[in-house]
Amino acid sequence: MIEFKLPSLGADMDRGKLLEWKVKPGDVIKRGQVVAVVDTSKAAVEVEIWQDGTLFEQLVPIGETVPVGTVLATLLEPGETPEQAASRKREAPAARPAPRLAPATAVAAAAVVAAPSAAPLAQRRPVSPAARRHASELNVDIDKVAGTGPHGAVTIEDVEKAAGRAAPADRYAEMRKAIAAAMSRSKREIPHYYLSETIPMQLAADWLARENEKRPVTERVLMGALQLKAVALALAKAPELNGFWLDGKFQAATGVHIGVAISIRQGGLIAPAIHDVDKKSLPELMRALSDLVSRARAGSLRSSEMSDPTITVTNLGEQGVEAVFGVIYPPQVALVGFGRIESRPWAENAALLAVPLVTASLSGDHRASDGIRGARFLAGLRERLQHPEEL
Amino acid sequence: MNETEIKTRVIAIIKSIAPEVDEGELRADRSLRDQIDLDSMDWLNVLVAVNEKLHVDIPEADYGKLVTLDNLVAYLRAKLAFRV
Repeated sequence: MIEFKLPSLGADMDRGKLLEWKVKPGDVIKRGQVVAVVDTSKAAVEVEIWQDGTLFEQLVPIGETVPVGTVLATLLEPGETPEQAASRKREAPAARPAPRLAPATAVAAAAVVAAPSAAPLAQRRPVSPAARRHASELNVDIDKVAGTGPHGAVTIEDVEKAAGRAAPADRYAEMRKAIAAAMSRSKREIPHYYLSETIPMQLAADWLARENEKRPVTERVLMGALQLKAVALALAKAPELNGFWLDGKFQAATGVHIGVAISIRQGGLIAPAIHDVDKKSLPELMRALSDLVSRARAGSLRSSEMSDPTITVTNLGEQGVEAVFGVIYPPQVALVGFGRIESRPWAENAALLAVPLVTASLSGDHRASDGIRGARFLAGLRERLQHPEEL
Repeated sequence: MNETEIKTRVIAIIKSIAPEVDEGELRADRSLRDQIDLDSMDWLNVLVAVNEKLHVDIPEADYGKLVTLDNLVAYLRAKLAFRV
């Protein structure tokens, strides 16, 4: 039997609300498939599963908010029969592992998990799935709705009445809270060091202009994509910047999954990952970036994008700043920042020239790496950007 | 397509990218990017939509000429007139 648990979708998420099941019991499920949609404070996230199997039982009803680590559903392993699974469940009813949680939420979580999973709904007031879904659509907290149906059941009308009275939950305020929690944790726990390097961008700008001249508008590549690729390739020689600080030690990541800081129009920020940036061609990377930005702004991301960035890149140059020194997103150990690209005086071969320059910065976690490694990384990044044709 | 029609189409495209834009407050003779929060990705999306809806492919080299809404409308009008 496979337990499908609510994954952590980032350091600032400790719970999620189940919005939708994308599969039903009996469905054959493939690794990588989206099985559920979960609302976090930042977005409605499509949650993928990383094992093959057949969906056996859904344990969490739509509309429920549960802590990270809660078993959402069980799956039959390939070859396992429902009878085997059912008997295994009878044999070991207490074997459900406790979810991994931050201490602050452990008490609330324990209460939820301790409820017998066989009859999770019996102890609550009856709420029809339709009313629950409707409440979720209207951002109504179902637990606060007075039920007028039989046995105090909450009906759709009750939900609508409550929606009229209650102020709509403010996603922006939620996101602000989540950012506050993650950034406070970062500054409390991570001893940051900061480095910066001025990088000439003439060669990259000229090369990109020539490339884009050949491309229709739908296939044009932005400098931001070029910078991401250069970061990814430079990380090959600085593995201690790419990974996580977990359980008191650094764990190098196996792939380069860059979290891209994306500002949301209504306010707030989200940094979902583009996977394997080092292995993508520039046009592939540009398509991935464009797709990610539009989905992030529409509030529709996948769980793997939220949970596994191995480093973050932020580009505040468009907002007109010269440089940005970012706050690392835990458990990551580094953040690369780019300022605006701008023509400035530059001395080269004893001549003073006006050259487009960018200030690249690195915020590093001093527990995981030292300034000298960070310095080498920035030197490598600068070198990569002098050979745009190899990106 | 006359100037008014082009302008209406362009404003609709901009609003599809930046829904918060109030066209009543948009000054057609001032820099678009000073008035609207458009990053390079948004701008590229505006041009992709222009390409899709009006079938004009604007080369990167011409971006510099397209600062205001008036600039963009005049540019598209010239391109569209040239075609017929």
